[in-house]
Amino acid sequence: MSDPQIGVSVRRVGGVERVTGRQLFVGDIRLNDLLHVKLVALDCARARIVSIDTTEAEKVAGVRAVVTAADLPHPMPRFGPVQPDRPVLAVGETKFHGEPVAAVAAETEEAADAAAALVQVAVEELRPVLTVDEALDPHSALVQDPDLREGPWAGTNTLQEWNFGWGDVDAATADCVVEQTYTFPMVTHFAIEPHVFLAAPEGDGITVWSAIQHPYLLQSGIAKLLGMPISKVRVVAPDPGGAFGGKQHAKFEPLLALLALRTGQPVRLALTLAQTFQAVRRTAYSIRMRSGFAADGSLRFQDVECNGLLGAYADIAVRVVSKSTYLMCGPYRVPASRVCARALLSHTPPATAFRGFGTPQVAWAVESQLDEAARRLGIDRLEIRMRNLAHRGDEVVVGDKPADGDWPQSLRTAADAIGWGTPLMAGRGRGICVAIKSSATTGASYSIVRLHMDGSATVMAGTSDMGQGARTVLAQIAAQELGLTVDSVHIVMGDTGMAPFDLQTSASRSTVFMGTAVAEACRDVKRQLAELAAGAFGCPSDKIEIENGTAEVDGTMVTFSELLVLAFAGVRGEVIGVGSRRGEAVPSHQLGGSPSFYEFNATAVEVEVDEETGELLVVKHVSVADVGKALNPAHVEAQDEGAAIMGLGHTLMEHLIFDERGRILNLGALDYRIPTTKDLPLELHSYLVENEDGPGPYGAKGAGEGGLFAIAPAVASAVTEATGVVLRELPITSERVWRAMQAGSSNPTTAKGRTP
Amino acid sequence: MTYRYPLRATINGTLRSIDVSSTQTLLDALRWDLGLTGSKECCAEGECGACTVLVGGQAVNACLVLAVEVDGLEITTIEGLETGGRLSRLQDAFLETGAIQCGFCIPGMVMAAQALLDENPHPRPDEVRDGLAGNLCRCGGYQRIIDAVLLAAGPEVTDEAAEQQATVQQATVQQATEGLSA
Repeated sequence: MSDPQIGVSVRRVGGVERVTGRQLFVGDIRLNDLLHVKLVALDCARARIVSIDTTEAEKVAGVRAVVTAADLPHPMPRFGPVQPDRPVLAVGETKFHGEPVAAVAAETEEAADAAAALVQVAVEELRPVLTVDEALDPHSALVQDPDLREGPWAGTNTLQEWNFGWGDVDAATADCVVEQTYTFPMVTHFAIEPHVFLAAPEGDGITVWSAIQHPYLLQSGIAKLLGMPISKVRVVAPDPGGAFGGKQHAKFEPLLALLALRTGQPVRLALTLAQTFQAVRRTAYSIRMRSGFAADGSLRFQDVECNGLLGAYADIAVRVVSKSTYLMCGPYRVPASRVCARALLSHTPPATAFRGFGTPQVAWAVESQLDEAARRLGIDRLEIRMRNLAHRGDEVVVGDKPADGDWPQSLRTAADAIGWGTPLMAGRGRGICVAIKSSATTGASYSIVRLHMDGSATVMAGTSDMGQGARTVLAQIAAQELGLTVDSVHIVMGDTGMAPFDLQTSASRSTVFMGTAVAEACRDVKRQLAELAAGAFGCPSDKIEIENGTAEVDGTMVTFSELLVLAFAGVRGEVIGVGSRRGEAVPSHQLGGSPSFYEFNATAVEVEVDEETGELLVVKHVSVADVGKALNPAHVEAQDEGAAIMGLGHTLMEHLIFDERGRILNLGALDYRIPTTKDLPLELHSYLVENEDGPGPYGAKGAGEGGLFAIAPAVASAVTEATGVVLRELPITSERVWRAMQAGSSNPTTAKGRTP
Repeated sequence: MTYRYPLRATINGTLRSIDVSSTQTLLDALRWDLGLTGSKECCAEGECGACTVLVGGQAVNACLVLAVEVDGLEITTIEGLETGGRLSRLQDAFLETGAIQCGFCIPGMVMAAQALLDENPHPRPDEVRDGLAGNLCRCGGYQRIIDAVLLAAGPEVTDEAAEQQATVQQATVQQATEGLSA
């Protein structure tokens, strides 16, 4: 009864369903009278749509609707989490390869495919904007129609620009200045579950099914688009089969909703993996960075120009750029900082959030600069970090939330675990890097906890369990607060018709935000139980002790169940507790609010480089996460290990390659490699630092992204130690390493194709 | 209308008869005609392993096999691993080691691991790595997945230990038989 439920590695809630195949993912849902939807897209990124002829497509037996922009409301409905700039279907001109110009709904997939192939589109192909340089070139075409934009950048491909910093960079002096450009290419999320969407009319409303991270934002977005009250839109969000930021915001749900209303039938669209590649990707960065150091390695200033390459629409990538560059200083004390950051538009697939939210891109530059300075100044790479690392209470961004963890402790742990400073075998090198990410700033999470007559509890929480184990950790919190076991708690999530509002499942916020809401709802239940007990025992409620699933008064102890039977005699009922956590908006703050915590990670690797081939073998990989308190240590470690492996992907092998027409050349699993079991480091260790200093329940901080932050610069640093070559372009493929070694220079040639 | 062929196959121990089209994949037939949605579709080109099932004891990508090809054969899917509502040792090991994150790759991963253990009951860690190399997990849970397979395999049984165990089993059977006749 009173066994601790926190800090123990209980088995995953929903694990049995997943290991038996019973878990219903969105693609497994079957609806009656279902119509299958197929998209019609062009074979290039950018083209002017001259005309679309759907006559032949409509003749195919079983076809119920063929829609183009002309069939949708005028002006074209647009949507987007930050600004409504994305059309439901391309209108006038396509903006990226894969953007649909028409959609077909038919009774069978075969009929839908056949009809989609018969849609005749006359186009005039236009030269796309594909790279940072092209986006910045004033002679390039404008990606977005300036008439649809506001503000000073409307006539450019800069969606937004931020200039900020502190101190006087121009007046700062330094003994050593390093200046380089670092690029981080587009990579794709590659969730093993491709995107599947369904929509069905329901009475005077609509239901939409999507494995989405933010069901409530989708709900309000659809309501706005359709002109319906929010209450008439229900979003069912089955647990995503991997999301990683790629399933945060609406994609084809608006189209499906319109098709469902038009046909009066349920509709389903399942993207192929190739289409999923065209639907989401990480924001590519090009960072020109100049850092000044004193002779002892102390940072004196940093001067940064960061260009984030988005697709044609803002999505949430505009915030990826602003939020990640806000912490351009890294976890360091920097006396003077000047940052110019831009979100640039291009004719490439929509950039969005991706695990780390820009931090891996920023850390790639910041950490590589520290290593270049260390090499020039002859200072150990661990030492230069220790010298600059913020200690608890030190400001990082001047005037904002100070360091909230013992970051040097994490760095020391990583150094000890990798054996920093011990002798190395020939052909090997080590790297050690750190990074911080700003967590969630604002936003609200609500929870309802229902304590039933038998003492079991139902927790309603609008979080999405996408593999991070939200169900498990929320069940643990409720069990701990109510003195139950995890088995007697049921979590309801994934349905806006059932669970109350949660802003989003992102930024590693759920344990802190929703966890607090659940704990508070449980405390609300206990307050009510004390009142019920007071009534039942005829004593003041402050005489009642509510603890470990029991109510006690003057030595008489009853279980919650016994108390409810007593209190609800004859009638039955339940106790309903409500809890919330709100991060209030601060309009004057650049991010709309201060980070609720920092996610800190230290990563160290030992790498062996094959001189003949340039191939890398990661011999040992250590990730240290400052998590405050691990509510379920095994799951936190698994998350951290997973982030580390995912990070090895963008470090060693992943990048989308484009042709001059803006088409992805490596479109699919055959040509786009992600880590497999064969890419696992020979040794992989995750260490958790737990000082119970987070804002979440029991001192928890968010976790699970950190393992990605600093892996790329750590591997690059190790390669430099092993071979002498310096790489400033990702991924660090064996081809790049080999070419750099052959050239004996620090400027490896670019692999075939373009990686903007 | 596409011609449909009758298909009879033993699926998870039960003989099933359905009609399939000549172009239908085994994965499609399992998921949509037989309602066995545990096998997943991701890449649909045999690269990710999410649709791994056993055909005649061999692990195959069900997205690359035509349904008509398995006529008369035995097929095991993730739904067929439990016995009497109890998880198999391998399934239980996945839960025990915390190998499951989002879980989308897990059915295919478990089936690939089952095929590996059927062929090699006590694999070395590197053999597990090789055996699961065709199954992608984007949550990056490989290490714990490998741990799960090794846990399910248990320690390698030496010849001597196997002999001892056989003797014990024989004695137990003998006792039981004696008990019956008494």
